[in-house]
Amino acid sequence: MTIVRLFPIPIIFVSMEKQVILNTKHFELTLNRLCYQLIETHNDFSETVLIGLQPRGVNVVARLKSQLEAILGKEVVCGNLDITFYRDDFRRRERPIIPSVTNIDFVIENKNVVLVDDVLYTGRTIRSGLDALLAFGRPKKVELLTLIDRRFRRDLPIQADYIGKAVDTLISERVSVEWKEIEGEDKIVLYTPEANG
Amino acid sequence: MDNLSVDHLTGILDLTRQDIELIFKTADSFKEVINRPIKKVPSLRDITIANLFFENSTRTRLSFEMAEKRLSADVVNFSAASSSVKKGETLIDTVNNILSMKVDMVVMRHPNPGAAKFLSERVDAKVVNAGDGTHEHPTQALLDAFTIREKLGSVEGKKVVIVGDILHSRVALSNIYCLQKLGAEVMVCGPTTLIPKYIHELGVKVEHNLRTALEWCDVANMLRIQLERQDIKYFPSLREYSMQFGLTKEILDSLEKEIVVMHPGPINRGVEITSDVADSKQSVILQQVENGVAVRMAVIYLLASKIERQ
Repeated sequence: MTIVRLFPIPIIFVSMEKQVILNTKHFELTLNRLCYQLIETHNDFSETVLIGLQPRGVNVVARLKSQLEAILGKEVVCGNLDITFYRDDFRRRERPIIPSVTNIDFVIENKNVVLVDDVLYTGRTIRSGLDALLAFGRPKKVELLTLIDRRFRRDLPIQADYIGKAVDTLISERVSVEWKEIEGEDKIVLYTPEANG
Repeated sequence: MDNLSVDHLTGILDLTRQDIELIFKTADSFKEVINRPIKKVPSLRDITIANLFFENSTRTRLSFEMAEKRLSADVVNFSAASSSVKKGETLIDTVNNILSMKVDMVVMRHPNPGAAKFLSERVDAKVVNAGDGTHEHPTQALLDAFTIREKLGSVEGKKVVIVGDILHSRVALSNIYCLQKLGAEVMVCGPTTLIPKYIHELGVKVEHNLRTALEWCDVANMLRIQLERQDIKYFPSLREYSMQFGLTKEILDSLEKEIVVMHPGPINRGVEITSDVADSKQSVILQQVENGVAVRMAVIYLLASKIERQ
């Protein structure tokens, strides 16, 4: 049954306070540190692949790939994974989610897989990502790398192995990772709704 | 454009160009899925779909069933041959009985034109038309256009000729609507008796000479002669038809350009198309079948996302 509203719902413009939690310089340093942490565990990446979760994890992978390749002097195998069809909120949203491209043209069987995303929040995306990943075979080991860990906000028992920066946030807040290639500047911003908004 | 403008897929006529492009974009993703080692996604775990086939079908039925199962939906099959329809039950009664068993979506093929539309207005489930008499066969048209898009890069501006029994063909009508919505030019070709008198009103070209048609087109879609729907004789003999309108390797090779050959199946080899053409590298008949599963997955996925949760 459709409910007909006599009056349109008033749109409340919540003004958001902006706080840069990682500036361009620290962004660079953080990515660099993550690269060396990955090398510590995975040596020359002969048995390891990086898989970025669509849509925003692929940006992290692209940057890690170029930096790792510069350090190691060899190719690092990377792919993109779309998790749309594995989400647990199908039919719970207003509109269907339009899938992005999955691009895994290598075998993950018996490989170490590092799943990569920009922000780890409820953990539900990672849960779907694990499901989606298994459709491509049985990896030897799966690890998780995230640029931002919104800690203590998990809905599921999922933790990251490599963390760029851990932040304490409220549910009403929003963390946005911005990229030089897309938004014009590398930085991470925390948006907080103003109290009187 | 992130949702379909319709609640049921009864025909291409109701769709907008944005709808068709959304279906194609989603189908791209599903095509990648069905080429994975594990060709199945869990999206439709809580959806039950009934396939109601009141008319014979091999390809379409298998394709729909495959698409549904690869989306993890529960599937029930029904065919008129072994049902109470033979005992005099009406369509609405049959379907409502099936829906009482909590079915969310119905895929139906029926010999009567308009059956899908009729049903969609009367039952509480999403309806997908899998062919209604001589009216429409929307998923076939979508997969044909999807195949052209894949093969030639886009449908916009392409010239497509549909050859054969246009009069009895639901594939022809759906294809005309679909290709025109996507900006292609369409021509129909066949004997005068098998071309509807006012078809030019739809904005299609009409041609009675196969060679002229082939020289004009980028894509030739060869249709089967539907003898089962022909109550009178429309041409003297199948042999004569095939001499006039059958696509042979000789004609194909004598053309100045390489055209794409399509066929919705089932093929009558040696009638509308010879074996060497059907198996040639210009023919995309088997790609059409593969794309059929991806396109149907997309249609079902997008319609299912509109089912309200109880």
